[in-house]
This record gives sequence, structure tokens and C-alpha cells, in this order.
Amino acid sequence: MNLSLDRLLTNHSASIVSVSASGMAGDRMAALGLLPGRRVAVLRRAPFGGPLHLRIGPTELMIRRTDARAVLLDHVHRWISHRTA
Amino acid sequence: MTARGDGAPASGRSIATIGPPNTGKSTFFNRLTGAGARVANWPGMTVDVMTARVLLGGTLVRLADLPGIYSLDGHSDDEVLVQRFVATAPLSAIVAVLNATRIELQLPLVLALAATGVPLLVVLNMADEAAHLGIAIDAPRLAAELGVPVVAVSAKYGHGMDEAKRALATLVAARPDPVVANLAAVPAREARERETARIAALAVRMPAVLPLGITARLDRALLHPWLGIPLFLVAMFAVFQAVFGLGVPLQDATKWLLDALKTGVIAPALETAPPMVRSFVIEGLVDGVGTVATFVPLLAVFFAAMAFVEDSGYLARAAWLMDALMSRLGLDGRAFVMQLMGFGCNVPALMATRVLRNRAARLLSMLVIPFSLCSARLQVFLFLTTAIFSPRLAPVVLFALYLMSFAAAFLTAVVWRRKYSSREPLLMELPPYRLPTPSMVVAEASRAVSHFLRRATGFIVAGVLLIWVLTHLPPGATPAGPETPAGWLAEALAPVFRPLGIDPLMSIALMFGFVAKEIVLGGLAVVLGAGNDQLAGVVAARLDAVSAMSFMIFTLIYTPCLSAIATLRDESKSLRFTALAVLWPLALAWVASFAFYQAARALGF
Repeated sequence: MNLSLDRLLTNHSASIVSVSASGMAGDRMAALGLLPGRRVAVLRRAPFGGPLHLRIGPTELMIRRTDARAVLLDHVHRWISHRTA
Repeated sequence: MTARGDGAPASGRSIATIGPPNTGKSTFFNRLTGAGARVANWPGMTVDVMTARVLLGGTLVRLADLPGIYSLDGHSDDEVLVQRFVATAPLSAIVAVLNATRIELQLPLVLALAATGVPLLVVLNMADEAAHLGIAIDAPRLAAELGVPVVAVSAKYGHGMDEAKRALATLVAARPDPVVANLAAVPAREARERETARIAALAVRMPAVLPLGITARLDRALLHPWLGIPLFLVAMFAVFQAVFGLGVPLQDATKWLLDALKTGVIAPALETAPPMVRSFVIEGLVDGVGTVATFVPLLAVFFAAMAFVEDSGYLARAAWLMDALMSRLGLDGRAFVMQLMGFGCNVPALMATRVLRNRAARLLSMLVIPFSLCSARLQVFLFLTTAIFSPRLAPVVLFALYLMSFAAAFLTAVVWRRKYSSREPLLMELPPYRLPTPSMVVAEASRAVSHFLRRATGFIVAGVLLIWVLTHLPPGATPAGPETPAGWLAEALAPVFRPLGIDPLMSIALMFGFVAKEIVLGGLAVVLGAGNDQLAGVVAARLDAVSAMSFMIFTLIYTPCLSAIATLRDESKSLRFTALAVLWPLALAWVASFAFYQAARALGF
């Protein structure tokens, strides 16, 4: 049972197993780096059920929680945020 | 179909710049073309494309700046536009503008473009930022692997632009006949991903951990779960204040200059002309054009502020903060920013919806923005509330009008979100914060102003003249008197307005307001035959609190002003949509005023 991206905890990262979005959403996700094999981290969640703030490699992006449901993950780790930087 | 533009030499060649959003593509385009760029219809295309002509190695070449896209096989409005463009317009070259700090994500697009058969130049923009982040790109190696020339530039600071220009001239000179892109030759996504990984391993070295620096620190405050939204509102308030504080005095100065011109030059010159001609020129043409001209300083200040917010990277953050609310209304977070901007002036807010790349989402935003209580309406309400209500009550009434403005906007979004529903996911990059350069901000402001003037002036002048005809014919009639067409119209519409507590004379003032909301006051002065100094007394004697409130509710909602309508038509390119954007508020205004007036009277007020 894989975890979906909308349920990944803030300040955690995980590997993308699959992206089950097609059409425009799928294209856009692939273009922004939401691809199987990449690691994704959730930096923060917008208040009142708003979008997630993600980091994939050097890119930061926002995604609505409903769209994030299509992304399945495994290998969850606590993300080492560079708070000391 | 040809890609030759109006006035370009018969041998004219065309080049298109293509790249993902947030790559500084337009900055690169502006650097390359100088100040000559303008938004225009490309022959054979129904969508506006930024075009300019540029001299490359002795040949005049026409350049098109296509909208930002993530991939060549996508389905968004912009992606379809770019596909259609390259598949129909013969091009001498494509310039792929990439963000060097995002190279690994953007190479698949380059591989797709390289496969189309159109000569390609790859521009690695933001090379300075990449170096700063410790990203090393081996440009010669990249060029060898891709089989196309690669140049590194910083469009923002102008570094590497000469080299880019030379490379482009060489490319264009090498292939005399333009080519139409063969989209069927583009390899599948998986193949492009594999090739990207292979090339990136050879030519790109990413630092193990990217330095987080200022962006992360700023985000920690600006996107804070509790502080984020208050800080956003403070930032918007600051922008709003800047627009008001700088724009309105400039607007007054423009008005003063035009008045001086009118009384000092134009009126004396027409001393001997027949009265009808005099009235037509002064009250029709000059006043009408003057109304348009006074928008210019407001637009300039507004767009400078907007460019700053957008180029700094904050607009995407604001969208992130406000999306929870706006997605429930069928809009996205960026629409909220436009909505707030609309409280300064609806016209630039409507133009700014261009950042919404999905058409349905954009149309819904444009339908909602005109309900924002703009500074012109504020002028009317300030006058009426102080004329009719006690000093203690006046601010409360004004606040209620602001609440109604929001309510009308939200109601409109809820009613129309099904018709203008966008399936586009809100997947957006949150780019690192950047300090916009003054020249970029100024360029953005002057482009917006010239665009507005070019597109809207004709429409607005026509509308102003129509109002003049309605209120000044037949010759010799009292302006807006009972024998003018406006008088008949008011009489004919009396049954419609009486249930709202608005008498025929007041409804004529509303017709003036169609041109610009601040003219409602001038219109009232004309129809009530009162000078500006006595107007408050005359109005107070004529209206009680309930009918004044009903009149203000109607004025708040009823129809966008002429400049806004011209902008709606120009931005939507649809007369049907423009008609909806005029008729829906009109119906809503009637219902709201009716409900208020009848309820208040029924309650015995």
C-alpha cells in the first residue's frame, strides 16, 4: 500500500513510484519533474486546505492536494531541511 | 499561409522564441529586439503574439515571442497555440530559451524542438544565477550532444547577448528557406527523458545540496501558516497605496493639463464655430479623449507595481496562499490578486489576467473583476455618502458598499464557474525571489500603457460620442433634457427604474456613468442643473437615505465603465463574452437595488 503525495507529512521526503494522472495534469507534472524515481519533499502546506509547497531537486512548486492524490510514493524519510544554512 | 508580417520585406524571415515559463524568455526577447516590440496578431493566427523586427547580420528578421510552455505535446491553451504556430508558420529558426538553473527539467523540450527540423539555437538564460547556485553547465559539450548551438546569457543584465545575436545570424544565414515544424518527428516522452538523463550526466554538474539562501528564509516568513496571509494583505495594501498615492495625483495633474488645454487653446480656437460644432468638439471629443488620457498615469503606476510583484516571484506565492479560498469559487489564487488590484482600477486588473494562461479561468476572472469598487466609484460614493448620511453613518455605509462589492464578485464566480470551468491543474513553479531591475519594471509599464492606448482608444471615443449624441441632440436642446434621446430613453425606462427608487433624471446620470463612473457626479450636476458647489444640497433634498442607497448599489454593480468594456472586449476577443460582462452586472444591479429598496420600504424606512 503506497502513500499518496497529499498525505506525505510536512518536512518529509519520499520517492515517486507512479503518477496516475493523464492529459494536461500528467503533462504538467512530468514537465515540472514529478516523475517516477525522483525524490519529492513537502516543504509546507497552505492554510485552510490549500496547496502543497514541494521541492523536487532544485525546483520548488505548488500543487493542489486533489492533484497530489495521483502521485504515489514509497521510501519516506524525514527531510533534512537546511535550517542551519 | 505565410509568416510574413505587414511591412516586412518580401524576403522576410521569421524566428520564434520558445521556452518554459519563468525562464526570462520575454526579457531575452526584449533585449534582442530593443524597444520596438508590440503585441500583434500574427498573420493566420487569431491570438496575440508579441512581435518585433530585428536586424540580424544585415537581414531584417521578424521575431515572435510565443507564450511559455512546458512541453511541445501538452494540451493547455498555450501549448496548443505554440503547436499550431510552429506547425503552420514557416520559420528560419527557433530560439529555445531555458532557465539554466532548471536545465535538467527543460532539456526534454529542447530535444522535442530539435526533432522538428527547424534550425534551433539554445539559450541558457540566468547563467549568472546558475553559477551562483553552483550549477556547472558545459555548454560546448551540451551543444555537441544536442547537435545545435548553445549560448549562455544573462538577459537581465545583458551578458552574452552579442554572442547570442551572432549565433542567431549564423543560423539564419545558413538556411535560406524557412521550414514548417514537423511535430510528428518528436520522440515520445520516455525517450526524451532517457536522452535528457544521458546528456545531463555528461554536460551538467549539479551541486550535491543546493544552497537555500534568501528564498528559503523569505519563504519561512512570507509563507508562514499564520503570518502569510496577513503579510500578503499588507503587501497588497502597500501596492494599492502606491497606486493611489502616486497614480491619483498624476491623474489629477493630467486632468488639470487637459483642462488648461481646453480652456486656453481649444475653446478660443472654436470661438467663431457654430455652437453645435463647439459642443461636439469640446464636450464630445475633448472631454471623451480626456477621460481616456487620465487613465494613463494610473495604468503606468499600476503596471510598474504589478511587474514588481510578478517579477520578484511573489505573485506565485500569493497564489499559493489564497488558493484555498479561490479554488472553492472556481478560480485560482492568482485571481484574488487581480481582484484586489481591481479596487484601484478595473482596467489594469483586467489586463493583468493575462498571467492566467487558461482561457476559461481567465474569462471567469474578467467577469468577476468589474465588481471591485474602483477609485472612480469611490469618488461617487464619498460624495453621496457625505451629502446624505451623518458623519457617523457615512463610513459604515461605505464599508457596506465594499462588502457588497465582494459579495457580488463571489456570487458571480459561484454562478458562472460551471460555464467557465477550467480543468487545468494549478501546478506552478515557485521561482526563487529575484529583485526586478528598474528598467524591466519601466518597460512593463510603458508596454501596458501603449497597448491600452492602441487598442481601447477607438472604442472609447466611439462610446463617448454616442453619449454626446444621446444627450445633446436635437440642436438647441438643454443637455440631457427631456427632448434629447437620453430624455426619451429615461422616460421609457422609468417603469424599470421606479421600483428601485431611481427617478428618470437620476437614471440619465447613470447613462453618463457608462462612460466612466466618476462622470456620474458631473452627469448629476448637468441633469439637476446644479453647479458643483450646490450639488450636495440639491441631491440631499432630492434623495432620502433609502433611495440614495439604492442608487449607490446600482452604481456599484451596474456595468463596467467604457474603458473596462473596451478592455474586456480586447482581452477576450469575444463580443458574446463582452455582452455577458455588460448584461449580467446590469441584471444583478437591478435585482440587488430592487431587493434593497423594496425591503427597506416594506420595513417602513
